[in-house]
Amino acid sequence: MDQEATTEYGPKWSDQRVERMLGALVCGVVALLLALIVTVFVHAWPSFAHNGLAWFSSGGSVEDQLNAISLSAQTSGEYVYTFHAWPLIWSTLLITGGAVAIALVSALFVAVFIVEFAPEWMSNILQPVIRFLASVPSVIYGLLGVLVLVPFIGNHLVTEHQKASVAGVISLTGYSLMAAVLVLTVMIAPLMVSIFSDGLRAVKPGWLEGSLGLGVNRWRTTWKIGVRSARPAIVAGTVLAVARAIGEAVMLAMISGSVAFAPNPADGLIFVYEPSRPLGPTIVKNIDQLSSPPFNATLFSIAAVLLFSAALFSLAGWAARRSMRKYLMP
Amino acid sequence: MTPPMENQTLTVPPVPPPDQADPPGAHQRKGAVEGSATWSLTDRIGLAICWGLGLLFCAIAVAIVVYLMIQGIKFLRPEMLWTPAAAGFSETETGGFSDAFIGTMIVAGIGIALALPTGIAIAVWLVEYGRPATLARITESTIEAIAGIPSIVLALFGTVIFSNAALGFLSRSSEGVVFGRSFFAAGAMLSLVALPLIVASVREGLNSIPRHVREASYAVGKTKAATTRRILLPTCRPQVATGAMLGLGRIIGDTAIIVVLLGATQNFAPVEGIGFPLDYLRGAGTTLTNFVYEASPTGNLNQPQKAYAAAFVLLLMVLALNAAVDVVHRRARKVGTWSH
Repeated sequence: MDQEATTEYGPKWSDQRVERMLGALVCGVVALLLALIVTVFVHAWPSFAHNGLAWFSSGGSVEDQLNAISLSAQTSGEYVYTFHAWPLIWSTLLITGGAVAIALVSALFVAVFIVEFAPEWMSNILQPVIRFLASVPSVIYGLLGVLVLVPFIGNHLVTEHQKASVAGVISLTGYSLMAAVLVLTVMIAPLMVSIFSDGLRAVKPGWLEGSLGLGVNRWRTTWKIGVRSARPAIVAGTVLAVARAIGEAVMLAMISGSVAFAPNPADGLIFVYEPSRPLGPTIVKNIDQLSSPPFNATLFSIAAVLLFSAALFSLAGWAARRSMRKYLMP
Repeated sequence: MTPPMENQTLTVPPVPPPDQADPPGAHQRKGAVEGSATWSLTDRIGLAICWGLGLLFCAIAVAIVVYLMIQGIKFLRPEMLWTPAAAGFSETETGGFSDAFIGTMIVAGIGIALALPTGIAIAVWLVEYGRPATLARITESTIEAIAGIPSIVLALFGTVIFSNAALGFLSRSSEGVVFGRSFFAAGAMLSLVALPLIVASVREGLNSIPRHVREASYAVGKTKAATTRRILLPTCRPQVATGAMLGLGRIIGDTAIIVVLLGATQNFAPVEGIGFPLDYLRGAGTTLTNFVYEASPTGNLNQPQKAYAAAFVLLLMVLALNAAVDVVHRRARKVGTWSH
């Protein structure tokens, strides 16, 4: 085999050639991403063009608008594009924000625990556990949510009185903001933990030792020196988790409830029991309408918003990390 | 070479390079120097929260596994694995989910067959060639961006590509209208889901090989291509395997792309009139994730028992992949170390 190597890698596999081939492949992948972005926005354009900024506003029932859009394609008249997505956006904001906030705090504690304070046996258990939680398919989380958590919330947490108080508006069955936030937290926290703990492990030991040498206890050293120096990793992990949370569609389609309703925190704590439907699940639930042109544009406009916000978060994360260059490990 | 933070956003469990298995700070972390007895109350409460959350995560994981295992053992019948789904009124009449099970395998095969070579090639180009530097930076951002794209957006993009008339040979088409749903379509889009993980893992492996190894190979007259093929890639086989398995895990766990690009049927829908493997691959079908989604109370089938059984099978596959990653890690740590 080795004797052939010289001929095998002769002119046919010369370096220039290999470099050009690999380079072409790389360019192809970059082009694919560009094509994706362009395609999504081009297909989304009719919806944005007809609605303007009103796309992001509230007004009317989203369900009625979606029905009108699908009806307009069947009755051969003018296509209707009117779509005011605020309830969906608000639901996305609430669910993503809630889950990321809870996950950020708990992931930080767990990462600190794994890296600094857990006894050897404990971190040997925790690390595979975190990896396992991160790799459970979202549909399994969704199934457990819909068969365990949702009935529990509906039967035990929501009181009859609360159900009666909103009976005219919406029915509280357990498909709720709370279920969605809790399950989403369990989904994204492991992701954060693994990135945070990588960052904490990379903190220069000298910095920690310096603090310990000054007589600061290990707890405060970890938080004041370790966690602060690991800030780039914390930003990176959070950005990734936010992107995952925004884009989560199937699990939320299963447990957030399928009404486009905007829970209002001003109503008191009952809003956590109210159902809603974020952007991603709206696509999944209406995917069979994809072949009707106005509906297609509407679904793609939702996708465009998802894509844009995911990109925006990566950009924000990149900018935040840039300003923290001084913490980067050599 | 880029600063290490640049690829931090891609989640790959770190395979510590063997030479760094014992970092300088390890002694301080291993030998507990100081108990919490002298700490102030707030610090001790903080530590208690740490323990509480750590145990909570363990409890959640155990609860998921145990609960699904109980339900799985209760409802899973071996014959479900080789009985296709059927129409029926009760759960006893509706058959099993053999098509979904095989569908998962097919999709995983197609996805990884596309993603692995591409991922390795991109990683090799980034680490070994990487010129011009601008293109390298763009490529890094691209990979990072692909990792951040929601899979439902990828799925919608897939519907546009694969209902293109030019790609009609990859799915069912009738009278010029291309159906756009097939194992090929789903597999191709799923390979994009796996790609960033594979690139990150292989890159990490290539980066951990010290320079002098390459120089030794060049010195005996090997070309860069031959060095990569014969020395670098075999050396980072553990990372390649890790990347492949992580990618595989993401592929078999993805639902959105399957729901959109493979169809909402619970059986294979082969295209008539072409040879054996192609008719199935070009037709619509289903996978375990899709089956679980449809069989859950919010889906079209509403058969929670079958959903539990299928979810249990899916969980076993994920657990097996996790265990395999662990084995590869451990073996990689044991096997030879590069000395600097």
